[in-house]
Amino acid sequence: MATYELKQPRPAPSNLKGPIRWIIKNLLSTPFDAALTLLGVAFLLWVVPPFVQWAIIDANFVGSTKADCTGNGACWVFIKEKLNIFIYGFYPESEYWRINLSFLLFFLFGGLFKYVGNNFVQKIAIFSLYPIIAYFLITGGSFGLDSVTTDKWGGLSLTLIVASVGIVAAFPIGVVLAFGRQSKLPIIKNVSVVYIEFIRGVPLISILFMASVILPLFFPEGMDFDKLLRALIGITLFQSAYIAEVIRGGLQAIPKGQYEAADSLGLSYWQKMILVILPQALKVAIPNLVGASISLFKDTTLVLIIGLFDLLAMVHLTGSDASWLGFETEGYVFVTIVFWFFCFSLSKYGKYLEVKYNTDNR
Amino acid sequence: MGLLNNQKFRAIFFQLLTVVGLVAFLWYITTNMFHNIEQRGITTGFDFFEQVAGFGISESPIEYNDSTSTYFDAFKVGLVNTLIVSGIGIFFASIIGLIVGVSRLSKNYLIARLSLFYIEFFRNIPILLQILFWYNVVLAALPSPRQSLKLSENIFLNNRGFYIPKPLLESGFVYVIVSFFIAVAAIFFLARWAKKRFEETGEEFPLLLTSIGLLIALPLITFLASGSPITLDNPSLRGFNFGGGMSYSPEFLALTFALSIYTATYIAEAVRSGIEAVARGQKEAAASLGLSNYQALKLVVLPQAIRISIPPIINQYLNLTKNSSLATAIGYPELVTVFSGTVLNQTGQAIEIIFITMLVYLTISLFISLILNIINKKLEIKGR
Repeated sequence: MATYELKQPRPAPSNLKGPIRWIIKNLLSTPFDAALTLLGVAFLLWVVPPFVQWAIIDANFVGSTKADCTGNGACWVFIKEKLNIFIYGFYPESEYWRINLSFLLFFLFGGLFKYVGNNFVQKIAIFSLYPIIAYFLITGGSFGLDSVTTDKWGGLSLTLIVASVGIVAAFPIGVVLAFGRQSKLPIIKNVSVVYIEFIRGVPLISILFMASVILPLFFPEGMDFDKLLRALIGITLFQSAYIAEVIRGGLQAIPKGQYEAADSLGLSYWQKMILVILPQALKVAIPNLVGASISLFKDTTLVLIIGLFDLLAMVHLTGSDASWLGFETEGYVFVTIVFWFFCFSLSKYGKYLEVKYNTDNR
Repeated sequence: MGLLNNQKFRAIFFQLLTVVGLVAFLWYITTNMFHNIEQRGITTGFDFFEQVAGFGISESPIEYNDSTSTYFDAFKVGLVNTLIVSGIGIFFASIIGLIVGVSRLSKNYLIARLSLFYIEFFRNIPILLQILFWYNVVLAALPSPRQSLKLSENIFLNNRGFYIPKPLLESGFVYVIVSFFIAVAAIFFLARWAKKRFEETGEEFPLLLTSIGLLIALPLITFLASGSPITLDNPSLRGFNFGGGMSYSPEFLALTFALSIYTATYIAEAVRSGIEAVARGQKEAAASLGLSNYQALKLVVLPQAIRISIPPIINQYLNLTKNSSLATAIGYPELVTVFSGTVLNQTGQAIEIIFITMLVYLTISLFISLILNIINKKLEIKGR
């Protein structure tokens, strides 16, 4: 017969309270844990104090020329002096208000978009009116505005233009491709699959090269695409394949009963897809749609390789400005902060949308 | 009107419409293309592959000669460099990602927070920015070769690159390799014996530890017994730069750093979500069966977590390979820099070159998704 020894009773829970208890429980519970904590603290001490020293304590904040950069640390004067170039690129200084205004209008229209509630026609009108106004405002050449050619666009404003055009224009194409891939018609399905897999299999940079070098060859002479437009076409083609896959993921999550219910109500294919299936699929796909948008926002930096001057390219360029040599680090830190801020806010906005449209009544 | 409402007719009609539209579009662009090519006097065809390239490539792991090698050789150098950079990037990204992903779930507050910070920080910064930062800020700030950082006796770091001793294998090294394979074979039989014994008696054998011990000890003993058949070729300062040893250029270092650090954030998230996705009940069930923590992890949690994590991780490997094309921004001679850059500029045959580049990446991604499919099949829950 097997005999078992009686197990010792567990020790009573510690009666420590407050921060000490928290520290022991969360940082020092086992020797291994304590070692890890020590390692973490060492790492923090290695990274944080030197950075603070460089970025704040030893840094220069006031002044207007390179001569004012006297400290050992960062010279934020460089960023301050170049801020306009970083934001507006080579856009003429007297016309900055046009970019500012279109930026303001964006929020105004956004508010209006919310305000009209569920009126579909008004929503679409607002949605399509804004790009038209912004286009005329920034390009100029009519309504008494001076024309500003796209080679003068640059900086953060160009980054935002490329990203938003890419995100918005790719969306409808992505929806159609996703429908195509789910279609029962073999030819339509295969065309969509080939397109999506081709685009997803090659790097964005090769698509941008194609758009900038080969695209002009595809169209008759005289039909001139400007460099920015070519990049936008490339980015839209690229993004639409990714959006299609995200939406397909959403479509696959919709139970078959929804399709059958819509069919039994006598809805046509497009009525069924637009009114019943797509809204539910989009809801499911929100996290991934936001993820794809963030990816695209980061990928817009690639336009610098085909010679457009987005924010990163402007910093890259001013880093070699003869009167401001040696301030690349500050420039890169600045771009890092800007991109991080935009991407992080986008992902937080995505979380908010996810909660808002979560109709799961659980 | 009745015909348009017939489902069969509609299906054929719309597909026909798609085909006609597509063919018309393709016909339109190809005729334009041929017309434009003729007008501009661009040569076509793939004859350029045979021509002598006549430009230098700073790093080539395979034989390449500035004055005699052809464009096809240049293409091969680019391709090999792409594969090397991707392979090394994937290796380091996996290690960092695994560590960070597991630490993200650590009970240690500080470690979990640091991992979260790492993920949120590097994920939200464009990869191109990271590559440029490492290249233009960190590596460019290193001292010149004469003031190199001496990391250890024969390891140097300066703004021209990273220098380590190069192992030169002597003939006796064959025995070390043979003993390594003997160790592998021994482990194979040991595993079978251990499994059989476990099934018969229920006794467990510490297979993992024994295997690691065997893999290290056996070759090491042979290595020492055969009189250390490796000589090191140490890097040394010759004139203004280092000579000898193995060297890695700043371009290569910046690219692998940035790619591994960036991709590791995604791998860490995949690892974390895989482990978190295993239902709590599974761990509790394992504990109630009397499995130890390690057994529960090895036999219950990990097999389920891996099934969820592997597909996104392999996707990230693919992304890393595609992102390696950004090397062109800092001039590391991989496929896009060498082929879509220099070769395209010299020959002007944009169409052929860009399509070949795309085809190469497409092949790589099809190959990777093939592997993914095989793994998925293997990991699939076997229904009965």
